Order: sequence, then C-alpha cells, then structure tokens
Amino acid sequence: MAADDRARSFERALLAMDRVGARDTLLVAAEGADTLAVAESVVAPALERIGDDWERGAVSLAQLYMAGRIAEQIVSEVLPQVRPADGERPLLAIAVLEDHHALGKRLVLSALRSSGHAVADYGHGVTVERLVQRCREDGPRVLLISTLMLPAALRVREVVDRLALPGPPPVVIVGGAPFRLDPELWREVGADAAGANSAEAIELVDRFMGGAR
Amino acid sequence: MTGEMTSLERVLTTLGHKEPDRVPLFLLVTMHGAKELGMGLQEYFSRGENVAEGQLRLRAKYGHDCLYGILYAALEVEAWGGEVIFRDDGPTNSGEPMIQDVEQIRSLEPPDVATSPVLARTLRAIEILKRDSRDVPIVGAVMSPFSLPVMQLGFEAYLDLVFERPDLFDRLMAVNEELCVAWANAQLAAGATAIGYFDPVSSTTVVTPQAYLETGFKVAQRTIARIKGPTATHFASGLCAGILDDLAQTGTAIVGVSGEEDLAALKRAVAGKLTLLGNLNGITMRRWSADQAEAEVKAAIAAGAPGGGFILADNHGEIPFQVPDDVLHAIAAATRRWGRYPLDWLDA
Ligand code: B12
Repeated sequence: MAADDRARSFERALLAMDRVGARDTLLVAAEGADTLAVAESVVAPALERIGDDWERGAVSLAQLYMAGRIAEQIVSEVLPQVRPADGERPLLAIAVLEDHHALGKRLVLSALRSSGHAVADYGHGVTVERLVQRCREDGPRVLLISTLMLPAALRVREVVDRLALPGPPPVVIVGGAPFRLDPELWREVGADAAGANSAEAIELVDRFMGGAR
Repeated sequence: MTGEMTSLERVLTTLGHKEPDRVPLFLLVTMHGAKELGMGLQEYFSRGENVAEGQLRLRAKYGHDCLYGILYAALEVEAWGGEVIFRDDGPTNSGEPMIQDVEQIRSLEPPDVATSPVLARTLRAIEILKRDSRDVPIVGAVMSPFSLPVMQLGFEAYLDLVFERPDLFDRLMAVNEELCVAWANAQLAAGATAIGYFDPVSSTTVVTPQAYLETGFKVAQRTIARIKGPTATHFASGLCAGILDDLAQTGTAIVGVSGEEDLAALKRAVAGKLTLLGNLNGITMRRWSADQAEAEVKAAIAAGAPGGGFILADNHGEIPFQVPDDVLHAIAAATRRWGRYPLDWLDA
C-alpha cells in the first residue's frame, strides 16, 4: 500500500475513534521502514486533513481533539524512537502563557508528537517568569507559545526580551486566536513566526529545526 | 425629517428591519470605564456602582447607542464558587475548572441568583443604569448553558462529556439552563432591555452544524423560550454562516457575527429574519489609525446596513482594554458621518 493510502486508512480509523485499526495501519507501515518517515508520511497528513476538515466545519473540534490524542498515543507506542526520553534535553518546548485554557496547545502538541517530534510540555497558566526560567534550565532550540487572550499575547514581548540575554535564545513560534486574528501581531511582540493551526506549527518547526528531531 | 431618534428608537427601528435615522452603534466596552474612573480593573468590578458610572461616562463620551451591564464572562463560574483570576490589563478569566470529576455533575445545583455577591453587583449596575438613563437600551448578558461548561470543566473534559457521556451532559444542561434562565430574567427585572446570549461553543468553530442541531440548538431553544425579553445570540467571533437558518428557529432576535465571515453574505442570509451585530475586528483595532477606523466602519456599513437590521459593533461582544480612546472616537465619528440613512454614498 502506498503511503498516501495508508494515511487515508489511518485517517478513517482516527475519525471513527478506532484505536486498534489505527494502530494496525501504523504497525504495518512501520515494518522495515524508517519510523520517522512513517510518522511524516502517514500520521502527519492524516491529522492535517482532519484539521482542514475542522476548519471547513466538516469535522467537529471533538473529533480533531480525539484524533490528535489517539495518534499521539499510538505513535509513541509503535514508533518508540520518537518518544521523548526522560531527562533528555528537549529540542522543542511548548506552553500556554498565562491562561488555563489549553485546548489549542493540546492540538498542536499532539500533532507535533504524532509527526515524530519530541516536545517538552511546560503546561498551561505559565507566567512569564516561569517560562523564562524553564527555558534557561532546558535550553530548547524552539519555544512554542500558545495564547488565548490578547493581554497574554502582548506579554510574549517580555518573554522574548528576557530570553535574549544570556543567549543564544530559542526560536520563538507563537499561535492562538490573537495571532490568528491579527496577522501582524507576532512581529510586534518580537516572535520569529506565527502559525494559524497545527499543520503550520509542524511546517514552522521543520523549517527552524532543519529536519532535526 | 424631524430631529434625531433616541438610541432606543434607533435600535427598535433597525430590529424591525427598517432604516432608522442612522446606523446604531454598540461600543461594547466592559473595561474602559475603569480608566474613566481612574481605577484598576479588579477594584472597578468590585462594585456595581463603579460599572454603572463607567458605562454612563463612556456613553457621554462616545455617544453610542447602548449601555452594557456586563462585567466578564467568568461571572457565572464565580457565582458557583469557581476560581477566577483578575488582572489589570485585561478581562477576568476563569482559573482551574470547578468540576474536577464529572461525577460531581450528578449532585450539582445552580447557585442562588438572589444571594450571589457577584450577580448582585451586576444587578446593581443594571438598576443604576436604568435609574440614571433614558431611552437607551441596556444590554445584559448570560453565558449559554451549552458554552458555560468550558469554564466549569475545561474544554477537553467537556468535549469528552458531550460525545461520550450523554447522561451527564443532559444533567449538566438542565442545571445550567436553570441558572441561565433565572439569571437572564433577574437582569431583565433589574432594568435590562435585552440579553446577550453568548454561545461560542455552538459556533462552527467548535461543533459541526449537525452536532449543533443535536446540542447547542436544542439548549438554546429551550432556554430562550423561558427568557422574558429579547435576546441577542453572540458567537464571540466564532463562525456561524453554516447555522443561520437553524439559529433563527431558536427565538433569538440578533446575531453577533465574526470579522472572519463575509458580512454582506451573512446579511443576505438573514435579511428580514435576524438583525446582525458586528463585525469590526477588536484585535487589530488596537492599532487602527483614524483613517483605518473610518475605512473599516464604511466597509461594515456598506455590507451590513442597507435596509436596517444592522447594529455596528466589534466582532466579539467586548472591545479589548488595549484599544485606545482615539480609535473609539474615530469609530463613533465615522458611524455618525457614514451611517446616516439613506445611505446615498453607497450608490455613488
Ligand atoms: C469558544 C470561545 C470561548 C469559550 C471557550 C474558551 C476556551 N477555549 O476556553 C468561552 C465561552 C468560555 C469563552 C470565554 C471568554 N473568551 Co472566548 N472565545 C472563544 C472562541 C470563539 C474560540 C476559541 C477556541 O476555543 N477555539 C478552538 C481552539 C482549538 O482554537 P485555538 O485555541 O485558536 O487553537 C488553534 C490555533 O489558534 C492554533 N494554535 C493555538 N496555539 C498555538 C500555538 C502555536 C505555537 C501555533 C503555531 C499554533 C497554535 O492551533 C489550534 C488548532 O488549529 C474565540 C474566538 C476565535 N475565533 O478563536 C474567543 C476568544 C478566544 N475569546 C476571547 C475572550 C476575551 C474571552 C473572555 C475573556 C471574555 C470575557 N471578557 O470574559 C472569556 C474568558 C473565558 C475564560 N476562559 O475564562 C477573545 C480573546 C482575545 C482577546 N480579546 O483578548 C477571543 C479571541 C474572541 C475575540 N475575537 O476577541 N470564549
């Protein structure tokens, strides 16, 4: 079966919330193949299409959310290489700044992990202070910040400024409603890029990481 | 033409799908009143008197067509004893969900509207607005029973509940509907003219149109039927083009629409059935020049205002605190200039 057909059947299984079917599709695909390539060619396109369908109103947010959760779980079982190792320095980290509503971040995190990225989750309701401290400790190469409220989005400026010294600072990718609704806001707060959805988050991460996982 | 209409006449005329003297403008400012009173937001929201005074001063300043008796959306959760987080640069937010285990829903009871301090503060604000204003619509607000659970349970747990625990979902809706109806009617009794029914979870941003029919739609039909005054359903900038026909069947009179949808197409879809409220982008508004404000106002009027059935407002039902006064002045001035009916400049 071609990767594209596998992605289609993986997608169907995810939408039907059929964990077993989804897992089997991936197991077959992973046999004797480069596991990262499988994550990229089967899982990522399936999730991306579900994401597109959600944006068109054809799939509910609940299905997108469940699909992401199932994919993330299966990928870490079936493709153990992409499971983030304990104690390892993460190349990627994600947090929701100053807010307890974390669904957007959840979707992005599931998609990144499902496409083979090891991402440290710094959680939600994270203050500027705490986020800067975590980054100093871990030194991620890319920091993803999700926001829901405009005041929190504006405070990304403070995070960026405080991470500038002592360098080298991480690449900062932002997302969430305020950045979607104001396409110029990411520049204003000094971020390196903004993404409108999970697919764009993956694209941006790939761009800034130059293919590293 | 004799004299100007009052704000109330203007709004009622447009609700009747006729053209009033000019396009009514709702500047839905919940926080700017604090600046007028020289207070921090937490202090401002701590007394209904402050909110009423803030609203009256803002209307005197900008001359728009409503008074807005709402504090913040996390208010029902606060009434329930849930955590809310105040900040001085933006709206009060709900904190960790008040329901940590969905089984709690079985014994959940609605808070008492008559004795809740935060609800009493809001009612006080509305009472004063009613006492001290004339011929201006006073807009109250409720969070819809269907949207409130995002703050009660957290979004993820709520999505699980909607699709996997129909029994507990029904029970939660029943409890939330009781609160919503009692709360809306208390605001109407205190002097509110109409109630904003905030229901972003019903938008196609969150649920598909089919899922809406099974869930948010039924909840809205049941709830709005028991609210003893006109309601305006607001999707808080979530998308709604795909559900407008059904929405009209919920008994609502007004729909608050997103800047991400084509206003002219929405107008064609609801003309004569629902009044549109919207749809200036509140997030970019922060950076608008006077010229841009004028251009945005003109574009919205051109798309939504012909024939009446249109109230100009932001697209979320709340203008961010960061939007400068100059921009609000520019919006108000442009509405007065370009919103005068008949809209002759449109044909030119
Ligand atoms: C549904 C909704 C609600 C619901 C649920 C909110 C929630 N999630 O907790 C309820 C009714 C509770 C609500 C209430 C409020 N809301 Co509201 N709400 C919305 C609405 C319509 C959709 C938000 C949503 O959940 N979308 C679905 C999720 C999955 O999408 P998302 O978070 O955007 O994430 C996607 C992308 O942005 C991206 N992404 C997310 N993070 C990241 C990170 C990176 C790195 C990348 C690349 C991408 C990325 O990927 C995700 C998947 O595609 C938006 C408007 C809108 N059109 O977005 C307003 C909105 C978020 N609300 C807003 C506000 C202000 C509020 C209130 C504060 C109002 C008030 N004064 O009380 C309250 C606060 C409530 C609270 N939490 O305590 C504002 C926030 C901006 C602002 N003005 O400050 C918005 C943007 C409306 C607006 N146009 O102004 N709201």
